[in-house]
Amino acid sequence: MQTMIAQPNSLAQVRRDPAWWGRVFWMLATAVLLWPLLVATEFRPWLLWDAENLKPTLNFLKDMVPPKVDAGFLRMVAAETWRTVAIATSGLAMAWLIAVPIALLSLRTLSVSALAGRMDALPFVLRQFVRLVAIVLRSVPELIWALVFVRVVGLGPTAGVLAIALTYGGMLGKVYADIIESGDGHVTQNLLRNGAGRLQALFYGALPQNAAELASYTVYRWECAIRSSAVLGFVGAGGLGQQLDSSMKMFAGGEVSTMLLVFVALVWMADKFSAWLRSVLA
Amino acid sequence: MKISLQACSGRHPAARSGAASAIDSLSLEIGHGEQVAIIGPSGAGKTSLLHLVACAMRPDSGVVLLDGQNPWALPKSGLQALRKHLFLAPQTPPLPPRQRVVTAVLAGRLPRMGLLTSLRSLFYPVDISAAHAALQRYDLADKLFERVDRLSGGERQRVGLARGLVSGAELILVDEPLSALDPTRASQAMQTLTQGARDQGATLVTTLHQVDMALKHFPRIIGLRDGRLAFDLPACDVTQAVLEQLYAQHLDELSGPAPERPMVIDTAAPVPMNCR
Repeated sequence: MQTMIAQPNSLAQVRRDPAWWGRVFWMLATAVLLWPLLVATEFRPWLLWDAENLKPTLNFLKDMVPPKVDAGFLRMVAAETWRTVAIATSGLAMAWLIAVPIALLSLRTLSVSALAGRMDALPFVLRQFVRLVAIVLRSVPELIWALVFVRVVGLGPTAGVLAIALTYGGMLGKVYADIIESGDGHVTQNLLRNGAGRLQALFYGALPQNAAELASYTVYRWECAIRSSAVLGFVGAGGLGQQLDSSMKMFAGGEVSTMLLVFVALVWMADKFSAWLRSVLA
Repeated sequence: MKISLQACSGRHPAARSGAASAIDSLSLEIGHGEQVAIIGPSGAGKTSLLHLVACAMRPDSGVVLLDGQNPWALPKSGLQALRKHLFLAPQTPPLPPRQRVVTAVLAGRLPRMGLLTSLRSLFYPVDISAAHAALQRYDLADKLFERVDRLSGGERQRVGLARGLVSGAELILVDEPLSALDPTRASQAMQTLTQGARDQGATLVTTLHQVDMALKHFPRIIGLRDGRLAFDLPACDVTQAVLEQLYAQHLDELSGPAPERPMVIDTAAPVPMNCR
C-alpha cells in the first residue's frame, strides 16, 4: 500500500485546485462568445435614456394613469377575462391530452427492455420519434399556429385554443418526461424488475415521487397560457388580448392599464394556487 | 423455484468494457424452497450475483436457469411474466416518500393485480388486511396508514421486506436486509423473513454483511470473494478459519466470531441439514 501514496513535491502543489484553469478558460470563452451576440442584437440600452426617445415613453406611461374603471367597461373586461381564462384552460386541457401520451411513450425509465442493459432497437426508435414529434409541436410558436388556425376556423377563441393546445402539448410532454426521468428511477425500476406493468410502475412509483413537480409545472404552464392568449388576441384569437390590441391602437392608456392589472391579478392567483398545490402534494 | 447458474460471468451494464467482471464464471445450484445466505467482503459481487439471479443483469457468458428455463432465451413478454414470480428487495427500500405504507406494501402484489385493480387500490386499498398482517409480522402494524417519509430508516427497510410477504413470489431475493436495523430488530426481521419464505414455499437468497446472523438463520452459506465462489457449505461447517480466509484483508468487516457450536434452527427447514 505504500506505493499507492502520492509523494507531492511541495505542499503548494497539493493545495491548488486543479479545476481552476478550466474555470478561468470557460469564463473567458463565454465572454468572447457573448460579444458577437450583443452586436447582432444591437444591444444599446443607453438609447432608452435619449431625450427624444424618453418623451413618447413618458407620454405613454402618463396616459395609463388612472386606469379606466367605469361600470360598462369593467363589465366588458370581466366578460373578456372569463373568455381568456376559458381559452387558457381549455387549451391547456387539450395540450395535456397530447402531452401525456408523448411523455409516457418517451419515458426511458418505463422501458422494460432497458432493465438489463441497453434498450431494444424498436422501442429506442419509437422514443426518438415521439421526442421528435414533441420538438416539432413546440418549435412552431403558438402565434404561428394561431395565424394558421385563424385562416382555418376563422377569427375567435377556437384558433387560440388550438394554437395553445399544439405548442403546449409539445412543451408539457417534453417537460413531464424530463421531470420523471430526472427523479429517482430506483422505485419504478424495482417495480418493473418484480414484474409489474409499465402503467402500474408509473402510478405506484413515478407519479407519487414527482406529483408536486408535475402539478406545479402544469399550473405554471396554465399561467403562461393566460399570457400567451393575450398575444394570440392581437392576431384575432379573441379574449382580453384582442381588447388590449384595440385599446392600444386607440391610444386609450387607461383601458390598457386596467387590463394589464387584470393580467397581474390572474398570474398572482395562479401563483397562489400553485403554492397551495405544492404544499398539499409535498 | 430452482436456480441454476452455469459458469456465469456478469458485470454492471454501465461498467467500462475493460473492467473486471463482478461475477466471474460462477456455478451454483439452489434447490426449490432452499434458504441461502451469501456473505463476503464489500465488492465481492454479492449484489451482482443477486441481480444475475433476479434477471436484473444479463450474464456476459454462461447460463442462468430458473426452474430449468433460460430467462434470456425467452421472448420479452415471457421474461416479464417470469419476473412476476420473483421478488427482489434492493438494499435501499424502493419506497416513494409521499406514498402511504399500506400502498407501498400492496405494491408488492402489483404483478398479480390487473391494471384496473391496481388503480382502484389507489383510491381504496384492495386488501388492507393482507398489508396489515404483513406489517404486523414486522412489528409495524401501527404504521399502516402513515406516510413513508414519516418513518425511520429501519422502519422503511422493514416495510420493504413486508412487501415481500404479500408478493406471493416463488423466489425471494433480498439484498442486505439488516443494514438499517439494530441487533434485536435484525434478529426478529431475519426470523420473519425466513419463516415467511417457508410459509410461501419460496426459495430465499439473501446477501448479508452480518456473518453471525447468516450462520444463525440460514442452513446454507455461500462465501463470495472477487466474484468467485470461495465456499458453499452448510452453516455448521463454516468455521472461524473459513471465515478468516474469506475476509482476509477485510477482517474489520467480519462482525462477530463464528458460533462455537452450530446453532440448531428451531423451525423445521424444508432442506435437510446434511452436516454430520
